[in-house]
Amino acid sequence: MSYRWLTFSVFAAIIAVTMYVTYVAAKRVRSASDFYTAGGGVSALQNGWAIAGDYLSAASFLGIAGLISLYGYDGFMYSVGFLAAYITVLLLIAEPCRNIGRYTLADILAYRNDPKKTRVVGALSTITVSTFYLTAQMVGGGVLVKTLIGVNYETSVIGVGILMLAYVIFGGMVATTWVQIIKAVLLVTASLVMVMLVWAPYGFSLPAFLADIVADPKVQARVATLLGDPAKTMSAAELGQRFLEPGLYFKAPIDQISLGMALVFGTAGLPHILMRFFTVRTAVQARRSVVWAMVIIGGFYLLTLFLGFGAAHLVGPATIVGVDAGGNMAAPLLAQYIGGGPDSFLGNFMLAFVSAVAFATIVAVVAGLVLASASAMAHDLFVGVIRAGRETSPQGQVRAARVATLIIGALSIAIGIAAKGQNVAVLVGLAFAVAASANFPCVLLTLYWKRCNTGGIVTGMLIGTIVAVGLTLVSPNLTYPKAVKAAAHKVLDAAPAKRAAASEAQASTDPAVAAKAAKDLAALDKAVAKANADLVKWAGEETSFMGLDKPLFELKNPGVISIPLGFLGVIFGSLLFRDRRAEEMWNEVYARQNIGLQVSKSVAG
Amino acid sequence: MANPDAVDWDAIIRDPRFQSLHRRKSVFLWGLMILTVSYYFLLPIGTAYFQDIFKIRVWGVVNVGLLFALSQFVVAWVLALIYSRKASRDFDRMAAEIAAEYGGAPAEGNPRPVGMRAVA
Repeated sequence: MSYRWLTFSVFAAIIAVTMYVTYVAAKRVRSASDFYTAGGGVSALQNGWAIAGDYLSAASFLGIAGLISLYGYDGFMYSVGFLAAYITVLLLIAEPCRNIGRYTLADILAYRNDPKKTRVVGALSTITVSTFYLTAQMVGGGVLVKTLIGVNYETSVIGVGILMLAYVIFGGMVATTWVQIIKAVLLVTASLVMVMLVWAPYGFSLPAFLADIVADPKVQARVATLLGDPAKTMSAAELGQRFLEPGLYFKAPIDQISLGMALVFGTAGLPHILMRFFTVRTAVQARRSVVWAMVIIGGFYLLTLFLGFGAAHLVGPATIVGVDAGGNMAAPLLAQYIGGGPDSFLGNFMLAFVSAVAFATIVAVVAGLVLASASAMAHDLFVGVIRAGRETSPQGQVRAARVATLIIGALSIAIGIAAKGQNVAVLVGLAFAVAASANFPCVLLTLYWKRCNTGGIVTGMLIGTIVAVGLTLVSPNLTYPKAVKAAAHKVLDAAPAKRAAASEAQASTDPAVAAKAAKDLAALDKAVAKANADLVKWAGEETSFMGLDKPLFELKNPGVISIPLGFLGVIFGSLLFRDRRAEEMWNEVYARQNIGLQVSKSVAG
Repeated sequence: MANPDAVDWDAIIRDPRFQSLHRRKSVFLWGLMILTVSYYFLLPIGTAYFQDIFKIRVWGVVNVGLLFALSQFVVAWVLALIYSRKASRDFDRMAAEIAAEYGGAPAEGNPRPVGMRAVA
């Protein structure tokens, strides 16, 4: 790699800027409030950018651009869902949470309920959701850094971990906020520049741009591969058009609706997103920050349409899959192409820049997640439960927060290394599913339902989490060795006949037929190699991680079942274990969440 | 700043201005919520069950499905605009009036909500 020095310089420059920010921020962190919420001193615009920085994970930047480049329309469905999620946050969650809470999700739950019990379940759920999300980010980050700059997986995970720990431990929420803002600005700028360059040749006309995608033989070939046999009767134009139509990625209709539910209700229950509302002073500013976030996040997700289709057209799905099977390298490869290709200086500079932005993205998101988990551990469990009733000095609280950060950070590095090579895509979905099924019903009902109480919160949290995790564990997301091996045997059994047919066709005098046969043969060789590799990999294993032959639950996304059950859990739990204090406190909760008197009172009780 | 315990929450809830704020806000928020979330779910429902409609080409190669997906962005942004205008014109003013009268700091311009006391 002759341009490796370039990659390193761009990475170093971005890291240096964030380190300087951390150095400045560290001087401002004196109290627990500084550490957890930047002292409430973040402006609405800053917070809007920081929410975008917290939310636009590598999964959404690299993952969605990749999905669109490989599956067309269906990939864009994710983009829409991630923005629509903020409707719930804006209308129902942001302002009341600012008025009722102080540092954490559990603060909101503890306000009118038994503080110890609700803090324990709230903190555990925060740590669970954040750990799922965190593991996915660490593993994804490790793989990404390895692909981008060629250091080994363990080194990359440790690198991401240490950098993130430096931001959080020294700079707390102040540094985390600024790292997120910087990263979001870089991400949006880089994407905008790429989209301008991709789209400008078409005079910024949408139909003209898409007409070129549809007419691209690379895209048509990709659709033919995805569709298999039915594609044989389709014309090239039909195949291309199919890329703009739904159904290439999502196969089960209910699954899509279930995913939509997890996105739309899960975002409002993500602890690291809720925590951002405590960094502004008032409910009005919380609202304004969500509006800014919606503008930035929506604008970014609109760009993914052009990034994804642009990568499909200019780079080609086959090349993208060749570098990374999940399509994660679509955006970086597109950057390299726009700059002039793999042999040009500008091409490599753009690749390095986009890669560095992706790296900053991972570190910033991980920092937000670790801060959320650490605050649950230090503020809710240590200060709120273990040391309940005793005064903890401001210095003591900050120390507890830093120690908790170190514990969570070390844990995340260990999990990241342990999960090497695992299929972690399921974990992001799981984080959203638990957030939507456990956190969201509890937060929503404690804010809006008079009879909600401790019994309801504990029941709802448990049922929502257990059902969401349980259904995922028996879903098709896990690998079922028997099915994998059966599929491999099927490929191997059918191979000889296919090979004979293709060899015969290769001898044909028609050059087109012969060329196609040669292609088929190459594809067959690949399939056979993969089948053999699968047989070796899963030799001696018969059942999934849960000891199952085949999935018990047919959906990949549990939301459609677990979200209603989470709500029922809170409702029945509240009705079963009546609590007069929670109902007596209702007037106070409801009045305060609407008009926001004296936020500081929220931690008492 | 008044002692938080001195705030008469029951009186606030009984106050006709709070009742009016509560009524207007509830109708407005839940109405918008149901409307926009239903609109969003038309997308996965449409891609699953109404693919034939989604495939109809309307603008060059651009089909109904793509335009519908793009319309979701417009809807989300318009919603944010409508809500923030409504809130800053009506709800914020009403909330501030009530807050000022019952001895607390108003919704906007709260003092630093920090470090006032350690967790009890």
